[in-house]
Amino acid sequence: MNPSPEAIAVATILVVVIAAYALFGGADFGGGIWDLLAGSAGRGMAPRELIDESITPVWEANHVWLVFVLVLLWTAFPPAFAAIMTALFVPLALSLLGIVLRGVGFAFRHTAQRLAMQQLTGALFAAASLITPFFMGTAVGAVATGQVPVHPAGNILAAWTSPTAILTGFLFVAACAYVSAVFLVLEARQRRHRNLTRYFAMRATAAGLVTGAFAGGTFAELSVSSPYVFARLTGVALPLVAISVAAGMAVLAMLSLRWYHALILRVTAAIAVATVVWGWGLAQYPYLLPTSLPLAVGSAPTAALVAELVVAGLAVLLVAPGFALLYSLQQQRLLTAADTEADLRLAAHPGPPPPGQPAAPAPAAARVTTALVLTILAIRAIRDLFSPPRRQ
Amino acid sequence: MGAAAHVLAAGVVPARSQMGSSLGFHIILACFGIAFAAVTMTAEWIGIRRGDAAALLLARRWSKVMAVLVAVGAVSGTVLSYEMGLLWPGLMGRFGAAIGWPFSVEGIFFFLEAIFVGIYLYGWQRLPPWAHWWTGMPIVVAGVLGAMSVVAANSWMNSPAGYTLSHGKITRVDPLSVYFNASTPYETAHMVLAAYMVTAFVVAGVYAVGLLRGRTDRYHRLGFAIPFTIGGIAAPLQVMMGDIIARFIEHSQPVKFAAMEYVPRTVRGAPEWIGGIFINGHVYFGAAVPAFDSILVGFSPHTLVIGWDSVPPAQRPSLDTLIHLSFDLMVGLGFFLLAIAAWQGWWWRFHRRLLLTPWFLVPSALSGVAAVAAMEAGWVVTEVGRQPWIVYRVLLVSKAVTPATGVPVTLGVILALYAVLTVVAIGVPMVMSRRWRHGPPAEEESEQVPYGPAPERSGTSPASAHPSGGSAPR
Repeated sequence: MNPSPEAIAVATILVVVIAAYALFGGADFGGGIWDLLAGSAGRGMAPRELIDESITPVWEANHVWLVFVLVLLWTAFPPAFAAIMTALFVPLALSLLGIVLRGVGFAFRHTAQRLAMQQLTGALFAAASLITPFFMGTAVGAVATGQVPVHPAGNILAAWTSPTAILTGFLFVAACAYVSAVFLVLEARQRRHRNLTRYFAMRATAAGLVTGAFAGGTFAELSVSSPYVFARLTGVALPLVAISVAAGMAVLAMLSLRWYHALILRVTAAIAVATVVWGWGLAQYPYLLPTSLPLAVGSAPTAALVAELVVAGLAVLLVAPGFALLYSLQQQRLLTAADTEADLRLAAHPGPPPPGQPAAPAPAAARVTTALVLTILAIRAIRDLFSPPRRQ
Repeated sequence: MGAAAHVLAAGVVPARSQMGSSLGFHIILACFGIAFAAVTMTAEWIGIRRGDAAALLLARRWSKVMAVLVAVGAVSGTVLSYEMGLLWPGLMGRFGAAIGWPFSVEGIFFFLEAIFVGIYLYGWQRLPPWAHWWTGMPIVVAGVLGAMSVVAANSWMNSPAGYTLSHGKITRVDPLSVYFNASTPYETAHMVLAAYMVTAFVVAGVYAVGLLRGRTDRYHRLGFAIPFTIGGIAAPLQVMMGDIIARFIEHSQPVKFAAMEYVPRTVRGAPEWIGGIFINGHVYFGAAVPAFDSILVGFSPHTLVIGWDSVPPAQRPSLDTLIHLSFDLMVGLGFFLLAIAAWQGWWWRFHRRLLLTPWFLVPSALSGVAAVAAMEAGWVVTEVGRQPWIVYRVLLVSKAVTPATGVPVTLGVILALYAVLTVVAIGVPMVMSRRWRHGPPAEEESEQVPYGPAPERSGTSPASAHPSGGSAPR
């Protein structure tokens, strides 16, 4: 029985959304890893500030991608969703713990002004950045190795503690650090921080090598633990694997030559990660759970799949104009943090001004928006596409 | 068989507790996501229309609080999507093809809401006033439509429709019938009104405390009056809606209705119990209004009301007392909110100024707590009242729960983490308001909220980028 075209279409969207989550979520979690490794409060201040400025605003988007992954999976492929959530209860619950810790740290972050509180939010960020990708990786490893049965009787410890699954966990952590470091190189460069650019270029190179090593290890393990997936990875999915390796090498070459082209470097690094996810998706085809649950058996009825495709189309139709508006307002510099409320305060509470308060809005307090909720990376990518490199 | 069912039911308790506490927490934040934009935009509208600086300042500050609450709500919402699978794989595995679709639609509206919260929050300074006002409108619309989508999924569990089962597997789905099931219009209207009441009365309650402490300037009077008016408009609509919904439930889920009203046996002239504990066929400490339940259901004391004896004991919800008292609490608090709103409205009608006596302000200060309690009680009624079914008359909760061990652990962790998140969600706005009151204005300007753009480093921030450094309108 062949899977319906609708099922293939939804599965494709699912793999694309997972890749998007790996990139955007990975950049966020990777930021936490570099925050953790930045050293003492004094030494690590500059890189931590850069991470805070440039990566954390993507945070909200991560939830949208992740929620879309869950929703697509449970609507379009319900039996696979139920089996994964049951068998991999422990690693998935732990990855959720990381997401909540990240959220607590995030909500606290900007109101925490004392050092102790900042260290606490930093610790939450770091913990989340290790926990979430690692356990998501073990879960993906468990699925890829066919350790998730269609009707699990309970959680299965052995499924996600196999060498392949653990290696995949480490691979995910390393990949997050890698994606994040490459983005941070460019962020540092845009801000003309020569030291930080070099700092993150070194780390991106190291993380790239470690990620490559883990990827190689996982690949080798798969030949034993999941012959089906391995055969397809070296067969039909081989071009994607080759592209990933080539893109990874190219990034390393660009970093060592200090050729930091914002768009090319970013896109190449993204390709290196996304092609791995796509390769994994292609290698599993036509199975949702290799080799026990084929797509054709695990798919929802056609109407539900069509409904998901309609939702995906609507999402693009409705969200794209919103993004376009955001982008154009941003380009016209119409969005800023409210840079003075003093006028309103004075008008609303007439009376002697508090001591030390300037009569006119202080220009020093004025801030320019460099980044916005959800969109910093998306907007930057678009901006890079349409405008020549900035010169000041 | 009976013993086995009992063991299974015991296994359900931790999962139900976890789902209940996660939902009970998230729903409060969701209310602010649905309704806070409308409250803020009303203040902004007054501010622009009348050139009222106090109203504009309120709107600007409220938009910052909104950002904090939306950020925390994004976390608790993600937790819920995980829990659909971690706790209820038996539901999602069998019926995901049907119930999953409304959640996908909600995803779009959440996305839109997040984009426009960003624009609204950072458009204050440079956008023309009315253009800025209009950027809030998509948040209001997306809030209502997003609420409808999630509520549609819950409604489907009460009124399952739009699917065909064969051999326990869904073979056909009609997504529109799933989304617009029989309960959707009722539950959506009830929830959206509840969201407006919760948001409005919580905000009004905060400023009522300020008024009680003697801060009776225009800023605090408006801060109280704007949300209180919105809550006061929603309250009577909600009471009317509740009355209609009760009759719909009597018709569509008679056993739930029987538990809400203590109707053990199908009778004509059923009494309306107010309060009371149901033990072994007797209601203790309750007051009965003879035949009034029948009158409410069918407008006649002879109306037949179906009791829970209409189904076998295994299909009845077990916690009648909890369901009934939650129902009474919800209705009682609804009338309490209606009463204080009517009081203020009456005073305004004849005096054209706010009633600021402590006799009125003390209950008003508690109105936010009352609205939240009423909403939580309402969710207890609909969720506990559906037991033992997860999908009414189709799937038992005990068949849907995960066979995975470890739910008691995740329950404990969730409770601890949500205690922390509650402190964040309440504490951050409190710290912000203290700074607003005592701190110098410059500090407020530099204040950052979760969606905050990164501060430009000093030295790289060109002053020329800010041509709008006009003097303050005094």
